[in-house]
Amino acid sequence: MSLTLVEVEHIANLARLRLTPEEKARYREQLSAVLDYMTKLKQVDTTAIEPTASVLPLRTVLRPDEVRPSLTPAELLANAPAAEDHLFRVPPVLE
Amino acid sequence: MSLTELSLHAAAALLRTGQVSSLELTHACLERAEKHDPQLGAFLSLTPEAARTAAQTADARLAAWRRGETDQPPLLTGLPLAIKDVLCLKGSRTTAGSRILENFVAPYTATAVQRLLDSGTVIIGKTNCDEFAMGSSTENSGYCVTRNPWDVARVPGGSSGGSAAAVAARFAFGALGTDTGGSIRQPAAFCGITGLKTSYGRVSRYGLIAYGSSLDSIGPMARTVADVATLFSAIAGRDPLDATSMPNPVPAIDLNVPDLKGVRVGVPKEYFIAGIQAEVENAVRAAIGQLQALGAEVVEISLPHTDYALPVYYLIAPAEASANLARFDGIRYGPRREADALWETYLGTRGQLFGAEVKRRIMLGTYALSAGYYDAYYGQAQKVRTLIKRDFDEAFKQVQVIACPVAPTTAFKIGEKTDDPLAMYLEDVFTLPPSLAGICGLSVPCGFDAHQLPIGLQLLGPAFGEAQVLRVGQAYEQATEWHKQTPVL
Repeated sequence: MSLTLVEVEHIANLARLRLTPEEKARYREQLSAVLDYMTKLKQVDTTAIEPTASVLPLRTVLRPDEVRPSLTPAELLANAPAAEDHLFRVPPVLE
Repeated sequence: MSLTELSLHAAAALLRTGQVSSLELTHACLERAEKHDPQLGAFLSLTPEAARTAAQTADARLAAWRRGETDQPPLLTGLPLAIKDVLCLKGSRTTAGSRILENFVAPYTATAVQRLLDSGTVIIGKTNCDEFAMGSSTENSGYCVTRNPWDVARVPGGSSGGSAAAVAARFAFGALGTDTGGSIRQPAAFCGITGLKTSYGRVSRYGLIAYGSSLDSIGPMARTVADVATLFSAIAGRDPLDATSMPNPVPAIDLNVPDLKGVRVGVPKEYFIAGIQAEVENAVRAAIGQLQALGAEVVEISLPHTDYALPVYYLIAPAEASANLARFDGIRYGPRREADALWETYLGTRGQLFGAEVKRRIMLGTYALSAGYYDAYYGQAQKVRTLIKRDFDEAFKQVQVIACPVAPTTAFKIGEKTDDPLAMYLEDVFTLPPSLAGICGLSVPCGFDAHQLPIGLQLLGPAFGEAQVLRVGQAYEQATEWHKQTPVL
């Protein structure tokens, strides 16, 4: 199968990645080749086979709902590119 | 013999008697790394000050014990180790090999690392890796290429290539790596050391920067099976901070293995395929012969869905990665590409600061999860994963351990596969199926090719069967000399 440039741009947008024109062309070619290879999975009959999301027998793991120590706001904000008054500072969300 | 030539256990014995101090071992490792690592690029950062402080603490504990004032400290006390830079160490830069975490200083310590610190070890630095552990050569690091100590024109394997190179080059007595689809086993094989991919759920992943969450595992890399076993025992076991860590008891590992009588070893016919380097096949077959000579019963088995593991993995892992890496958006950590609107900030930060392979996998995963393609790609991959796991479940009804190659080739040249993602992905063909099944696997040195490059034997055990693969690995290692070979720097 072959991805179109429009499809590559659509995926990049969904993934929040700005790509250069060269990157778009290269990913179009490489992802098409990889997806071609993936089509071999269609050969496998998986009727009545359950999907595996996790190999562990665990389902919902609960812990006691107790107050316990956590990182301080200052520690959590220490790596932020911009912070103010215990908040992450971001560019405008809406015009 | 220089101190850095010792195995972890040999160094521990000298520390106990007081013939050598932790500070001496730490200085020896740091000096060797400072001298030779500029050539190899195994480390992203060295932490000499913290290491010296930890070494002095260890020496004081050992001295107090020798004076009879305290109980015996853990065996690992005072031993210098290296940590893959996807694991958080409080107060140290932790980058996951990515420019998007260039200035990230971890605010807490990963449980696996904390357990090593609690065992008295000395961490000397953080090792290079493929960006977010995505790769099979360490060439995808956003910082530097790591070179194979056996031949600096070749890759060390990946993604834990820095940890493997650091151990092979004798910069540390052991290291932690992570393995999602082969990232401990393949670099261990390429660098001639021993590495253990632990069972999924065996080691807490709290503080590990996530790649593929249904696959990621943490494990030790060192020079001998005994060294790996000791590191494994220190890090394994349930952790309340990781809901996917299992409560299974961590067994004491008895490495007194005089022979392999009564052990059934399976050899999967699907792992000896066209395209495998002849020297690799010959070395692995000879190793299987050695297991037989040690008393093991060797039987041919079949893992019929082996051929589908590669497409299954390269759909599931990128799909999980596309979700896990959504958090890197220039808001909470990392550098930011400033823009007038939030949307533009996301696009610019992620587009510029993720490397080529990470973007490729995020795109692949996003596509596989997108409307209209989910069932055909991701859903089908999850179903075939069930069949791959069943293959192993069936096999382990007949045998205790499976023996096969780690990788189809020895270390390839730097740059040889970077332009062809599919060729690079094929490097993982023998390590992906066990990862998808969540089982454990050990890579042990089993020979060299004509270029004097190491070859690895992969020993697979069922989930939580680390003790049995370590025992078979130990019997093999004790009967051979491959692990004693050292690269000349």
